[in-house]
Amino acid sequence: MSATFRLPTGGLIDRDTALRFTFNGRSMTGHPGDTLASALLANGVHAIGTSVKYGRPRGIVAAGSEDPTSLVQIEQPFPEPMLTATTVELYDGLVAHGLPGQGRLASEPDPARYDAKHVHCDVLVVGAGPAGLVAALTAARGGARVVVVDEQNQAGGALLGTREYLGERLSQDWAADIAAELRNTPGVLVLDRTTAFGVYQDGFVLALQRRTDHLGFDAPADAARQRVWRIRAKQTVLATGAHERPVVFADNDRPGIMLAGSARTFLHRYGVLPGTRAVVFTTDDSAYRAAIDLARAGMDVAMVVDARPAAPSVLAARCSARGIQVRAGHVVTGTEGGARITDAHVAPLPGTEGNPETVDCDTLLVSGGWNPVVHLFSQARGTLRYDSELGAFVPGEELPTVRVAGSATGALDLTSCLRQGRDAGHAAALAAGFAPVGEVELPVSGARTDERPGMVLWRVPGELREGAPDTRFVDLQRDATVSDVLRATGAGLRSLEHVKRYTTIGTAHDQGKTSGMITAGLVAEELGVELSEQRPTTFRPPYTPVSFAALAGRDRGELHDPARVTALHPWHVARGALFEDVGQWKRPWYFPRTGEDMDTAVLRECRAAREGVALMDGSTLGKIDLQGRDAGRFLDMLYTNKMSALKVGRIRYGVMCGVDGMVIDDGTVIRLAEDRFLVTTTTGNAAMVLDWMEEWLQTEWPHLDVYATSVTEHWATIPLVGPRSRDVLAELAPDLDVGNEAFGFMTWRDTVLDVGAGVPARVCRISFSGELAYEVNVTAWHGLAVWEALMAEGEKYGITPYGTETMHVLRAEKGYPIVGQETDATVTPQDLGMSWAVSKKKADFIGKRSHTRAENNRPDRKQLVGLLPVDPEIQLPEGAQVVGTDRLPDPPVPMLGHITSSYRSAALDRTFALAVVRSGHERVGETLYVPVGDDLVPVTVTESVLYDREGARRDG
Amino acid sequence: MQLIPCPWCGPREETEFHYGGQAHVAYPQDPAALTDEAWARYVFFRDNPSGPFAERWSHSAGCRRWFNAVRDTRTYDLLAVYDAGEPMPDLGERDEVVS
Amino acid sequence: MTEPASPAQPPGAHLPDHPDFLWEDLEPRTFYDVVIVGGGGHGLATAYYLAKVHGITNVAVLEKGWLAGGNMARNTTIIRSNYLWDESSGIYEHSLKLWEGLEEDLGYPILFDQRGVLNLAHSLQDVRDSVRRVNANRLNGVDAEWLDPRGVKEVCPIVNIAEDVRYPVLGATYQPRAGIAKHDYVAWGYARAAHEMGVDLIQNCEVTGIETVGDRVTAVETTRGRIAAGRVGLCAAGHSSVLAEMAGIRLPLASHPLQALVSELLEPVHPTVVMSNAVHVYVSQAHKGELVMGAGIDSYNGYGQRGSFHIIERQMSAALELFPIFARAHLLRTWAGIVDVSPDASPIVGLTPVEGLYLNCGWGTGGFKATPGVGDCFAHTIAHDKPHAFNEPFTLERFTTGALVDEHGAAAVAH
Repeated sequence: MSATFRLPTGGLIDRDTALRFTFNGRSMTGHPGDTLASALLANGVHAIGTSVKYGRPRGIVAAGSEDPTSLVQIEQPFPEPMLTATTVELYDGLVAHGLPGQGRLASEPDPARYDAKHVHCDVLVVGAGPAGLVAALTAARGGARVVVVDEQNQAGGALLGTREYLGERLSQDWAADIAAELRNTPGVLVLDRTTAFGVYQDGFVLALQRRTDHLGFDAPADAARQRVWRIRAKQTVLATGAHERPVVFADNDRPGIMLAGSARTFLHRYGVLPGTRAVVFTTDDSAYRAAIDLARAGMDVAMVVDARPAAPSVLAARCSARGIQVRAGHVVTGTEGGARITDAHVAPLPGTEGNPETVDCDTLLVSGGWNPVVHLFSQARGTLRYDSELGAFVPGEELPTVRVAGSATGALDLTSCLRQGRDAGHAAALAAGFAPVGEVELPVSGARTDERPGMVLWRVPGELREGAPDTRFVDLQRDATVSDVLRATGAGLRSLEHVKRYTTIGTAHDQGKTSGMITAGLVAEELGVELSEQRPTTFRPPYTPVSFAALAGRDRGELHDPARVTALHPWHVARGALFEDVGQWKRPWYFPRTGEDMDTAVLRECRAAREGVALMDGSTLGKIDLQGRDAGRFLDMLYTNKMSALKVGRIRYGVMCGVDGMVIDDGTVIRLAEDRFLVTTTTGNAAMVLDWMEEWLQTEWPHLDVYATSVTEHWATIPLVGPRSRDVLAELAPDLDVGNEAFGFMTWRDTVLDVGAGVPARVCRISFSGELAYEVNVTAWHGLAVWEALMAEGEKYGITPYGTETMHVLRAEKGYPIVGQETDATVTPQDLGMSWAVSKKKADFIGKRSHTRAENNRPDRKQLVGLLPVDPEIQLPEGAQVVGTDRLPDPPVPMLGHITSSYRSAALDRTFALAVVRSGHERVGETLYVPVGDDLVPVTVTESVLYDREGARRDG
Repeated sequence: MQLIPCPWCGPREETEFHYGGQAHVAYPQDPAALTDEAWARYVFFRDNPSGPFAERWSHSAGCRRWFNAVRDTRTYDLLAVYDAGEPMPDLGERDEVVS
Repeated sequence: MTEPASPAQPPGAHLPDHPDFLWEDLEPRTFYDVVIVGGGGHGLATAYYLAKVHGITNVAVLEKGWLAGGNMARNTTIIRSNYLWDESSGIYEHSLKLWEGLEEDLGYPILFDQRGVLNLAHSLQDVRDSVRRVNANRLNGVDAEWLDPRGVKEVCPIVNIAEDVRYPVLGATYQPRAGIAKHDYVAWGYARAAHEMGVDLIQNCEVTGIETVGDRVTAVETTRGRIAAGRVGLCAAGHSSVLAEMAGIRLPLASHPLQALVSELLEPVHPTVVMSNAVHVYVSQAHKGELVMGAGIDSYNGYGQRGSFHIIERQMSAALELFPIFARAHLLRTWAGIVDVSPDASPIVGLTPVEGLYLNCGWGTGGFKATPGVGDCFAHTIAHDKPHAFNEPFTLERFTTGALVDEHGAAAVAH
């Protein structure tokens, strides 16, 4: 298939290679170097999709990322919603179609990889157009570490779309020369296909690099498809260029209507003519160059319609010489056509002589001046200033670390752009601590030296015909018209932000790059206010759309959050344990045998712990080594009970409260020496407790001599539980007198286990089950060997590994609360029935003062109790609420509390629950009710300790 | 994302730090002697200015030291960094400068 | 190969237009019976109910910027009432009931869409907490269900319920009557209706001082002059501390940035609202098709209406864990609001030590859903100088007595 609008020569494309692609079901070819948009235009395709509200055909308006209309859905190689055809580099096998305003997400998972990279530099240059290149070269020659990012696939910026000479070199070649020099300079990083999309605090700039998109099916699977560059720059030079601004007129949205500068880009960069016969409508000089270039390339340019009262004489003469008619003081008032423009209506402005005429054309090129790209400057908190000559917001005062150069400042001629680039590069390098040696010699440019701002015209004057739908589109993607803007101001809206929201202008894919300024102009005109007094709407990141996956980067799947496992983890996995996530930890939940469900397994595990011997992996408990002269004093403030009185060799259980008096953690405290304690925390709160200690130590009591170190992962901790635990331990710890007299409850001993060559161990007589138990602590390195030795030694007693679920049942039978399960940041130690653990003698501890507040002493506080369903077979759901009546009134039903834990107990041979209940401690013996589904289950309130109330079992 | 100048490690990414709220709120000498109102002030009430704010930061993924900073809550610019326990430095006219 | 959809009914064709007239931009008068400081959703709703329910129409709403341009314009519009405690469920359910009649009440197409909300559970404790909340909700007359992973998938087929992900979905609470609305439409609906009843809406009018005589409020100083007032109600969200300070009142609030974002317009894939506190993300697909997402707050105090980008990156990775098909959706726009967070994640609504001065603040990340409810209750509080039963628990004094309403479990991260 021949690409009929492709010129025989010219353009930065590889004509020797043909790329096949399919668009809207039609097969076509293009070349490497093409975008989807240029390849479509080469094939004569202008109509891309249809508009979101009115379903009108829409084409290609611009050549770059500012294009508001060429929205396409990629289908092959992988579905991607809503890209602009102007930013999709062509590759072989591409399948895409135009969109009716909404994109489609793939239903299958994205196989691509994404990542992020950090880079630090002295000078970051955003934009590799003429200003950016010179800025980068200037800074780099001074020795600064420079990063250059540019969204195109090659350096040059606007130069890629022209054929002007810089000195002796063609503009495109000149840009390539500089880029090559930069690439060869040590310490300089040039990133193509990389869009700086956000500027943040302290020189932090985020840029998205499209690394393999242009390779299509050939993209290597192991390379990151897109990369987020996190750039920290001492100085930033924004050489972000300018976007051409359209003029609004009736039926300005038909395919074939395009910005003049973009048509010129399609010609010079891609060797494509946008059509056969063009009308050019302009308010400034730049469109004349497009007209002349296109005519020179063989296009029939019928007419230049210039809204200004007088056409520029030299350019007009050059047009006339090529047979292009020039109409000064005229405007395009409307167009005809369907899926493509067929005619332009041209008429004189009031005050200009002439007659309305209709000119047939398949292309209408429009230029209404240029908007500097100030998005990133604005994001950097730069203030903007309205330039009434340009009809655009331009950067106001320079920022200490962010400079702007080139057409992003509003400069129109190439010489100024180059000079600004050099000055900005010089200043940035200097500010970053480098003195550039000599000046970069700037090429002499004959192009655009006399460029003057044109006429500011937001829309072609004229009234809408009564009753006719308005087709004067301001935001082509949102289908928002001049009438919509006028309705907004007519509705009483005065702020641009309100108008934007009323009309939805600027909220689409392009974020108003071509419509925002016009809207501001229309509103100011309508309200009769000065634009200089209007605040432009905020430019929010990202500058161009960024895929979710690129931002998620590698933090997905397994890498979403680190999984922490204990030294014994492989054993648990091998034994088929099921795991529970507790914080970042993977904890064995229970160890089912073949054919067992959870209930059966847990009943078996519980029975083993109460009747024989069982063991679990307790290594995830937080462990903090606390040393220093004042460690005891410090712990007295942290815990509700008195820790300083603890004797060396002994262990005490402690509760920790926040300053608000609510329980935040609990655990045991072991006194290792006069000046040393080992503190254990709950699994989930280990980091919190360490932070809590550090905060008090460093910010409140820095005079205390205390040092806190996390040793959680240094130890493997194995509670050995049950009446036969003593027998098992005795075998493995021959030097240790494991008898109750010598080794009493709540004490610890160091010993050497008869494992391998001997493993030093610390054994603690603590119990979270009420049974005789020894907590065996060894270095994590030896954990697995010791675990296996305990398993082997205990085999004759039927030793049984158990998980967190059994641990929960055993402790609940004893009424021991779990912080975070029985407590929810509204529960005090007193509520838990732990007044015994709250010192009345200590002058103070954290939270003590809160305990004396009125609310803390209400008799109807919720308190921890046990609940026994009257029917011992009914297991109450955890989270069920407790009520006082056997019939539910209409909502809201008064609730007394809720079930915090509920289990089936092997030891009690029945079900039971723990609950927090209003005035619970006083209600022991009462019958309450628990709504479960449509039933009300009667329960008897008991004390929270349900098993072995006397504590007879703990000593074996 | 900010660059926060840890007094011990130098400038580091914000993600390495933990925020600790207002600085210079001392734990009361004798909490038991306080009225409920005065105690509640200590527990729950903190300054929340729009402008320079003396606050605490901890370099939690670095040296783990707490330090104080004066930061403008409008611009997020860090105006001063100083050791925990030191008084807030006199910023002179800085308050007026940032707006 | 998919052909373009038929343009017979373009996807954006069904959205209603705003009315031809909203409100008149007025000069402030010198005296009002009631001055509401803050022209966001809460301020506008309060003014509306003052006029409609209590017949008080000599009212001005003072807005320092453009009407409803603060958090009202920046939130992710989730509406639900499935809070844990009786106090919260009272006021949020009151609000939800008002939402259900609001379109008719205001005569404005606010696009209230009761598509339900799922709050996901990712750990066994999440499950216990969720079931507890469901049971409490039901007994409080709030619709709520507990769904297992398959039930979650039925409501929202695109949620990833695979067991081999880092934090698998273990289930969710579901409130079918929850949903979303269009924030600007809501604000403008209230503004137009209030204006029609005689309320003055004054923009670009920043309050710079609160004048009191004895213990009584008499006027506000503004950038547009002194405005005398019989009563003054503060509805200034993130700026509440600064305003209350002007009357010598210290609040237990911290103002934080809260960020949100949208994608491009996409074909419908997400029929409900999904929130996950554990992985810090909440997502819905708005009426035009864009994905609207929010995250947790930035940790530091900030009035800058911008946050740190790593929060957004973290939110994206969480979103893709839950919704792998979002991978190639695009982030179009990010922004931030300033939320006033209280120590117990519940609001402060009621009287102050200064006679005639009333507080409505501390809504943190969740004020939007409360708009009609608190508007009604706060209007009642101002009109009667006495709290409405629904806001009575939310006093400033509770921080002294300890009678907190701790909603961290239901409110901490996501709204």
